[in-house]
Amino acid sequence: MLTKKVKNRILFLTFVFLLSIVALLFIIKSLNKNILYFSSPTEINQREDISFGKAMRVGGMVKKGSITINQKNIQFIVTDFENEILISYSGTVPNLFAEEKGVVAEGRLSDKNFFIADRILAKHDEKYMPPEIKEIIEKNAK
Amino acid sequence: MLSNIGISLVVLVLILSFLIIYTASLDLKTSNKVIKKNIYKLSLFQITFTVLSFFTLIIGFINSDFSLINVYENSHTAKPFFYKIAGTWGNHEGSLLLWVNILVIFSYLFLVFNHKHDKKFRLYTLIFQNILILGFLFFLLLNSNPFNSIYPIPLEGLGLNPILQDPALAIHPPLLYVGFVGCSIYFSAALASLLSDYGGRLFAQSIKIWVKISWVFQTLGIIVGSIWAYYELGWGGFWFWDPVENASLLPWFAITALMHSLIVLEKRNTLYHWVIILCLSTFTLSVTGTFLVRSGILNSVHTFASDPSRGIYILLFLSFMIFSALTIFFLKHKKETYNFNLRSRETFILSNNWFMAFFLVTVLIGMLYPIFLDVLTDEKISVGPPFFNIVIIPLVVPFMVLMAIGPKFGWIKSQKKIYNRILLLALNAIVINLLIFYFFGKYSLLSNLIFIAAIFLILYSILDIKKFFNNKNKTELPRIISHLGFGLLVFFIGLNHQFSLEEDFNLKVGEIKKINNYKINFEEIKIKESKNYKAVIGNFKLTNFDNNFVQYLNPEIRIYSNPETLTYEAAIKTKITSDFYLTMSNVSRSDYYNIKFQKKQFMIWIWISALMIALGGFMQLILKKNED
Repeated sequence: MLTKKVKNRILFLTFVFLLSIVALLFIIKSLNKNILYFSSPTEINQREDISFGKAMRVGGMVKKGSITINQKNIQFIVTDFENEILISYSGTVPNLFAEEKGVVAEGRLSDKNFFIADRILAKHDEKYMPPEIKEIIEKNAK
Repeated sequence: MLSNIGISLVVLVLILSFLIIYTASLDLKTSNKVIKKNIYKLSLFQITFTVLSFFTLIIGFINSDFSLINVYENSHTAKPFFYKIAGTWGNHEGSLLLWVNILVIFSYLFLVFNHKHDKKFRLYTLIFQNILILGFLFFLLLNSNPFNSIYPIPLEGLGLNPILQDPALAIHPPLLYVGFVGCSIYFSAALASLLSDYGGRLFAQSIKIWVKISWVFQTLGIIVGSIWAYYELGWGGFWFWDPVENASLLPWFAITALMHSLIVLEKRNTLYHWVIILCLSTFTLSVTGTFLVRSGILNSVHTFASDPSRGIYILLFLSFMIFSALTIFFLKHKKETYNFNLRSRETFILSNNWFMAFFLVTVLIGMLYPIFLDVLTDEKISVGPPFFNIVIIPLVVPFMVLMAIGPKFGWIKSQKKIYNRILLLALNAIVINLLIFYFFGKYSLLSNLIFIAAIFLILYSILDIKKFFNNKNKTELPRIISHLGFGLLVFFIGLNHQFSLEEDFNLKVGEIKKINNYKINFEEIKIKESKNYKAVIGNFKLTNFDNNFVQYLNPEIRIYSNPETLTYEAAIKTKITSDFYLTMSNVSRSDYYNIKFQKKQFMIWIWISALMIALGGFMQLILKKNED
């Protein structure tokens, strides 16, 4: 027969245990919902199972002479030297955004050749190159 | 010349560390009650030489002595004097020297100011601290030596990244470093406490002040970094869940938990092992953060040029630290009985720790998951800010409620009847929230709950302050200020989030844009030549139709010459109720300028309330002194 104190303690520990499981599940579930996958234009072009509604990241180089700008938005082409994708963006671009520089766009695919971005990332160091883009360039630009 | 002086000083410190460890271990075996005089002397020499080595580097930067690679890479003769000095710690090698300095300074201060405590405990602390010092000294000498020389001597340096040439960023690293590296002393003390069997209440008293100091500095460091990001990066916000911000939050959660449970250890002599774990993890997390940032695994705003070999060294040292700490912990820990009553202050303090642990785990998972996935599956992912917001924000609601009522409970078992008061204040909070909701706009259920909880905490704290003026119980005041600061912070962030106005658009010179009741007229651009940059300044006239209020905003695009860099300076006009924020950029020299306009509600109050949190900790330091 367990004493009241021991019983209380077991109850308490079970409670804490269950609570931490619930907390962990909650964290993992929200994590899965908010993951942004990174793809290159070639990957988008080749993959069959791509989802159009889901937020994702696309990266590559801004193609030379491809930037156009009007009152509402900025459009430019991102290339990985094999395939290209047109990106449309309304918002402010970071100061390192320029032609023939690496860029990562965050947003949604509207079709395989057109991407609507809600955030543009280009890093704050002129030497810096996002690792994803570096890999692409090393693969293709030989 | 400076290179030789610097390296000799660092090597001297290294030798002194060995000597201190050696003499301290000898002194452990003697039965004297006091520590030998020569240990004090060695430590005094150690701190002197360390500080001198740092000054040597500062002199190198002031004189633009380009025979040092570090100065050559990070400074320039045309740089303003103030930023020449700040450049000393604005780079990896220099900041590592600062890191070692803080390790040594804390080691010395702990030795000198803890003379009331057990000799064995103090000696062990000294030994562990010096092992840490040795670890980082070897790293400095072998891998990241700020005194490496270069020949032939270059005539001009490469310059410091202009976004780092900023007063906030000049003080941000030293603040954070005192905060993060200061944790080392109770990492060492925790291990010493296990080995010398000097636990419980006395241990709590010996590390209390150091925990508070590093907490205040960490908090301030994070706030200053956030202020800098707000006006310098031009993203128009104050927190981005950027990997580096996350890395700074991890030790902060641990240390905040530690600060709270330390009170329980001091007052009730329980939770000893939990406190030890927190002591160990705070510093471990600080080093982990450094490792992730410096190795280039996490890429972010912080652009210390990254180098994988650094990562490997820090990782090895980190593993050594964690492994030995865990070994000592498991060998030396003893059974402890916990006797907690649900309705007692210690239970509520413990609940703070649960929340902190939850926040910590969340941020850690969000930070590390992409790295694991990359290693395991080669899949490139990132975790966006929504993840952190979704997981953390709802938990802030119960957290604030507990923050308000927890301190009202007495130790052991509280008999006080406080339910009437809770009910009354909760009703008030709900009514105030409904008024805001009704008059100013609609928001979600969760936002409602957050406002109610925040107002509840604010009201409770205000009542506490009123009480303080009646009975002048000094020990409660710092806690009230910090808790009130947190309540206000959440409240103003909530208002800022709900009622701010943001619009991105592109304009040519001379064009006009209308947003709600505002009209923005892009009147002209001017070119200005300055000492080390050229600026394109936009002149924007902002008019409010409703009250004919007019405000001019002048954002800049700056082109720095060394190194050649482009930066955007936001135009920020701060008012008591809101900030006007406008940045301008230009894409590939087109006629259109890319503009971000924001009216951010209560920005200044966000900073003030965040500073209040730190102020609470600072007051604890001061008030404590008066009592002694």
